[in-house]
Amino acid sequence: MSAAAGFSPRQYATCLGGVVWREALRFLHQRERFVSALVRPLVWLFIFAAGFRQVLGVSIIPPYDTYVLYEVYITPGLMAMIQLFNGMQSSLSMVYDREMGNMRTLLVSPFPRWFLLGSKLMAGVAVSILQVYAYLIIAYFWEIEPPTFWGYLTVLPALALSGLMLGALGMLLSSLIKQLENFAGVMNFVIFPMFFASSALYPLWRVKESSPWLFYVCEANPFTHAVELIRFAFYQQVAWDSLALVVGFTAVFLAGAIIAYDPSKGMLMRKGG
Amino acid sequence: MSEPPALTIAHVSHSYGARKALEDVSFGVERGAFAVLLGLNGAGKSTLFSLITRLYAAREGTIEIFGHNVAREPGEALRRLGVVFQARTLDLELSLRQNLLYHAALHGIGGFEAARKTKEALARAGLGDRANDKARDLSGGQMRRVEIARALLHEPPLLLLDEPTVGLDVKARADILAHVRELVRAKGLGVLWTTHLIDEVADDDAVVILHKGKVLGAGSAADILALAQAGTVAEAFRSLTAELDIAS
Repeated sequence: MSAAAGFSPRQYATCLGGVVWREALRFLHQRERFVSALVRPLVWLFIFAAGFRQVLGVSIIPPYDTYVLYEVYITPGLMAMIQLFNGMQSSLSMVYDREMGNMRTLLVSPFPRWFLLGSKLMAGVAVSILQVYAYLIIAYFWEIEPPTFWGYLTVLPALALSGLMLGALGMLLSSLIKQLENFAGVMNFVIFPMFFASSALYPLWRVKESSPWLFYVCEANPFTHAVELIRFAFYQQVAWDSLALVVGFTAVFLAGAIIAYDPSKGMLMRKGG
Repeated sequence: MSEPPALTIAHVSHSYGARKALEDVSFGVERGAFAVLLGLNGAGKSTLFSLITRLYAAREGTIEIFGHNVAREPGEALRRLGVVFQARTLDLELSLRQNLLYHAALHGIGGFEAARKTKEALARAGLGDRANDKARDLSGGQMRRVEIARALLHEPPLLLLDEPTVGLDVKARADILAHVRELVRAKGLGVLWTTHLIDEVADDDAVVILHKGKVLGAGSAADILALAQAGTVAEAFRSLTAELDIAS
C-alpha cells in the first residue's frame, strides 16, 4: 500500500526525530518523574540490598566468576526495573493522551501508523536508557561497576532491546485500558508480579529450591529474560536464550499494539478514542 | 475530467455495538468552500470526524480527500488534511514554538523550513511575540488560534474543525469564526466546520444537517431553507429535525 508513498527517508527521520525530541522535552519538564525514576532503584540498592546482603548469599553463577555482593547481583534487575517503570509510565501517558485528545495529533500524521507507534516506542526507550545510565553513575560511586569499562557499552544494545520489549508491552496495555482510573490495577497486576517473579532479586536456582512451580513462572516471565540479557551484557557476554526470548516477546507485544491501534481492527473503536 | 472535491463522503454507516451512530451518510465539501456540519450533541458529528481522520475505519461506505480514499491511501489523504479537534490538544508544558515544531516533524518537515513555517504561522495567528511562552499560559481563544495555525502548518488544502468554538466566550467565538472565514477567502482553503450553534452559519455557506446519525439536508443555506420551507436556518433546522423525531 502507498500509505506514505510521498515521503523520503529523510522525512521519516525528521518525524522520528520530532517524536523523540518531544518525549525528551516532556521528560525534562517533569523533573519529579526523573527524580522518582532515579530514587526508586537507589532505595532498593541502598536500603533493601544493604539489609539483605547478610541474609541472601549468592553462589557463583554465570556470568559471575567469583562471589559477588548482593548489591552487584541486583543491579541488572534494578536497571530493568527502571525500564519496566518507564515502559508503564509511557503507557500511562498514552492513556492520558488518548483521554485528553493528544494522541489524535500523533495518529492523524500521514506517516504509517506502525511507524508512528514505533517512533513513540523508541522515544520511550531513549528516555529509559538515559535513566539507567544516570543510575549507573550513582552506582559507580557505590562501587558497583562492570568488570571493565567496556561493560558500560556492551550493555547498551541489551538495554535497547529490553526497553523495546517493556515499552511495547506498555503500549499494548495502553490500548487495552479503557480509562485512566483502571491503570492503577494494571500496575499492581503487571509491574509487581513481573518484578518479584523474576531473577531480579534472587537467582532462579534459589527459587527452584523453595518452589518449583514459582520457578517455572519466573522462567516464563519476559522480565526475567530482560534482566538476564542485561546482566550478561554488563559482563560483556551474551545470554543467547534470553536474547532470543526478548526478541520474540518484543515482536509479539509490538504486533499486538499495532493491531490494537489499527483503525480497522483495533480496540480504540469500542472505546471511542 | 473534473477535479475531485475536497471531501467526499459516500454512504458511510457506523455502529458502536448495536447502536447505530451513522446511517448512510453522504455529502461533499467543494474545494475552497466553507461548509458547516450542523447537528445537536449526539448527532454523530464526532464519530464522522473520527472516521474522516482515520481514528476509526469506516465499516461501510467510502471517504475520500481530494480523491484519495482514507482507508486505502491514508498517507496521501491525511497529508492534505489539517485538523482542529474539539478537545484541546496542545502540549501545555511545551512552548508554542515547540508545539508547532513537533507538528511539523509529524509531517516530515524539519530544520530551517520548520522554523520558518512556525514563525509565519504564529505571526498569522497574532501570537508571534509569544512563541516561547508555554501553551498553558494562553487563553482559550488564543489556544484555538494556535491550534488552527498548527493545523495549517503543512499547508493542507482542507481544514476540519470539530466544534472549535465550544467553551469560548462570545468575542473569542466571533474572532475564531472570522479568522477561519478570512483564511478561506485569502487562501482558498476548503473548510468543514462542525457545530451545534446555528448562529455560526452564514448565508453563503454550504450546510449539512446531521441528526441522529442521518443527513437530513445538504446544500447551500438557500437550498436548506427551500427544502424546509423556512425563513431562517434555525427554523429549517428545527423543522427538519422535528420531522425525524416524530417519525422515529
